[in-house]
Amino acid sequence: MPKAPTVRPLAIPAISTRLLLTAAGVTLLLLALAYLVAFDQGALSRSGMYMHELMHDGRHLLGVPCH
Amino acid sequence: MPLKLSFGRLLTAGLLAGLIAGLLAGGFAYLTGEPRIDAAIAIEEQNTLAHGAAGGGEELVSRETQKNIGLTLATTLYGIALGGFLATAYALLRRRLHTSSDTRAALGLATAALTGIVLIPWLKYPPNPPAVGDPATIRQRTISYLALLALGLVAIWAGVLAARTQTQEWRRATAGTLAFLIVVTIAYTLLPATNEVPDTFPADLLWQFRLASLGTQVVLFSALGLAFAGLLHRLATSKPATVDA
Repeated sequence: MPKAPTVRPLAIPAISTRLLLTAAGVTLLLLALAYLVAFDQGALSRSGMYMHELMHDGRHLLGVPCH
Repeated sequence: MPLKLSFGRLLTAGLLAGLIAGLLAGGFAYLTGEPRIDAAIAIEEQNTLAHGAAGGGEELVSRETQKNIGLTLATTLYGIALGGFLATAYALLRRRLHTSSDTRAALGLATAALTGIVLIPWLKYPPNPPAVGDPATIRQRTISYLALLALGLVAIWAGVLAARTQTQEWRRATAGTLAFLIVVTIAYTLLPATNEVPDTFPADLLWQFRLASLGTQVVLFSALGLAFAGLLHRLATSKPATVDA
């Protein structure tokens, strides 16, 4: 039987102002990404409807409202 | 000695898990969803011809590109975004999850997310294939959908809070379920209904498309939770040399 490797519990970073600010910044970037994929009608992508049309099937299959 | 982990490492694990999950969901969506989308578009084109209307004009993106690159790009980017959200939520909520198991914590969060932001919206606003849906209501439908997505997460949160007021296990489960159902019922009652499927649209095609869409998201969230848990485990079993300050 293989020897099980040592599993140490993970100590996640303590909640600090710095962590909260970083997390808020990251969340904003991720929201922009999710918006680009799922809800953009050309406002964010600045490419007209190109990105919208490109990812059109994905939007429908990811359950997001579509025209 | 517990292994200290930086937010950057957690985030990297989340984004990577999201990439894997997005690719798998894209493959699933291609196999189960694309045949239904093609069938729906064929019906749309038939209707357009029957009504003697002009075609939809020039195609911005070809159907082939939409089906292959476009679909995979959408699920992958969406997966990466969700992976980032999961890792951020994990970093901020880990201490409140009341479990010593990192795997359970990761899978629990992913399951909560699947329930709150996929299953709850899917039941009230099931997705529709192309050719269904009124473009004029897209704004209102998007707002309702996002509201329900947020309320789905509130319902999970309410369930957890209610469960924690009780000590016996069956009471915890009952209180959690009741609080969850109360919030969901209120949300379903208050939000407007949408009925935009034409009477002539084949019911079995609609159902198959909706199942494919649900399946895509279930694959996405399952793979995301499992991959994230796996990557966390890898970090936990890694050599001390990789310990982050």
